[in-house]
Amino acid sequence: MENYIDLLKQDIRFEEGLNACMNCGVCTAICPAAEFYNYDPRKIVDLVQSGDNAEIEKLLKSDEIWYCGECMSCKTRCPRGNAPGLVIMALRGLSQDLGFFVESEKGRQQLAIKRTVGQWILDHGYCLYLEGVGTDLHPEQGPVWDWIQNNYREIFSRLGANYQGDGPGILRKIPEEAMEEIRKIFDVTGGTRRYEKIEFYSKKKAEELDMELDDGIDNEYFRHIYKTNNGSHTK
Amino acid sequence: MKLEGKKAIWSEYQKEIADDRYFYVRSCVRQNFFPGSETAFLKIMRKELEKDVYEHPCHTTCTGIGYHGDIVPVETAMTVVARQFSLMTEAGYENLVPSCITSFGLYTEILDTWHHFPEVEEKIRKQLKKATGREFSKPKNLAHASDVIYKFRKEISTKAKFKLINKNTGEPLKVVDHIGCHYAKMFPSKGIGGAEYPYVLGGMVEEWGGKVIDYPERRHCCGFGFRQYLVQANRGFSIACSKEKFESMRPFKPDMIITNCPGCPMFLDRWQYVINEMEGRRYGQNGEGIPVFTYEEVAGLVLGYDPWDLGLQMHQTDCEPVLDKMGIEYDPDEKYNTSIPDGKVKISGLVNV
Repeated sequence: MENYIDLLKQDIRFEEGLNACMNCGVCTAICPAAEFYNYDPRKIVDLVQSGDNAEIEKLLKSDEIWYCGECMSCKTRCPRGNAPGLVIMALRGLSQDLGFFVESEKGRQQLAIKRTVGQWILDHGYCLYLEGVGTDLHPEQGPVWDWIQNNYREIFSRLGANYQGDGPGILRKIPEEAMEEIRKIFDVTGGTRRYEKIEFYSKKKAEELDMELDDGIDNEYFRHIYKTNNGSHTK
Repeated sequence: MKLEGKKAIWSEYQKEIADDRYFYVRSCVRQNFFPGSETAFLKIMRKELEKDVYEHPCHTTCTGIGYHGDIVPVETAMTVVARQFSLMTEAGYENLVPSCITSFGLYTEILDTWHHFPEVEEKIRKQLKKATGREFSKPKNLAHASDVIYKFRKEISTKAKFKLINKNTGEPLKVVDHIGCHYAKMFPSKGIGGAEYPYVLGGMVEEWGGKVIDYPERRHCCGFGFRQYLVQANRGFSIACSKEKFESMRPFKPDMIITNCPGCPMFLDRWQYVINEMEGRRYGQNGEGIPVFTYEEVAGLVLGYDPWDLGLQMHQTDCEPVLDKMGIEYDPDEKYNTSIPDGKVKISGLVNV
């Protein structure tokens, strides 16, 4: 078994986010996720601080580390200058690097984020892609969003956008040379490796669960991780 | 004496905001959901205030949503941000103005990390050079686009065609301000008023005639929570957060909500629609929802811009109750008109000078 604390310490956010926690629980008191989920950031920080390797491995494979919304309200309030949210981000990074994320329902969702937001970043240079967000996956966007998607060229033009156009402006087409720089940055800095690991371990898990998984977002495994909520996460 | 004391304390909650020559970086969410707001911002800055705002066509996402969705590693996010700095340096600018609170928070976090860990900055410089051949200078001034509007709120006021005042009663409109978690919760000293007394939107509201209302869950997250919204199975968290805020603000009878972050107005707008669909519950007066605005939309309305040129037709919760209260005339038939008559598209002010 690897020493997980040593691995966590390689993440600058772990160094920044965890000094000596005195277990006061202010982070849990202010945390929106603790209000909604079976979640307690104080306990997580306490466990990590204990250095118990076996327990940290359990944590890395659990749903618990995926409940935080990264609002960082905890950072404002901690009297010791800790940021449990940053500790969570380091745990999530390690869970993906080691392939542990596929062992929990919430962790498995990382593939859905990678194949939507992650792909849009590399394909278009935006975290969000107008034509990729429809009311099929986002029914909460309501009838106005259907109207917008059905008429987006006219609506965006009226509002001064430069949709897929050259030069500056709203939702402009980002030049290929700029996109190439972004892709190279991902290659050099570990972004591509992170994406590959999410894909690799997800495909293994899909096989284990005997679920169909192709390269897109219209397949059994994607729909499963995107929509399944076993109901055990909340109070 | 007491007032002086308060003033002295308040001075610690101010931040420095450059007064011209801005390098503008756009928001993924604002461009998609509130394009009229970015258009209005540039029009206000360039045409009303005659400021130099430059936008580089090669800038990209900062990766913020991917970073906080935990699919983008920290060093990747840092290097993409370093590339934005490089574009700014290349264009001869030093004052960075992001249109997004997630970006603003990420830029602030990265600059803070580099300050405390200079070896990390060195590593990122090497990685950027290796990947793109680029070098960069760090921004001298970092201000969110709302900080800049706050700075010039009085100038906007002198050009106001409308005030945040109910024309029927003469009373100030009651406004809920929502500044977004990553504006000041991570680095309170980087936001106007800090995390305890955020004043970036309050200052605009008061200057333009409205009254900010306080309520118990004023600082609570809108519920984005990144992965908590991005994945359908988690959206119960998102709507629960917004609902908690609506329930908390309702007794104070707000006329409207003004927001700072690009995502918050979308959630506070759309979740009102969903709660009404699910439970038949509305939070505004007379069986209506509470209209939710971006700060650019509010500034645009104050300056007399056409509501449909600001993009208010893209909201799911109708904004007309506020337009009626302010006495703004509008053509209801134009709201969903998608034909574009010649000369209707007002793109002046949108190109770099």
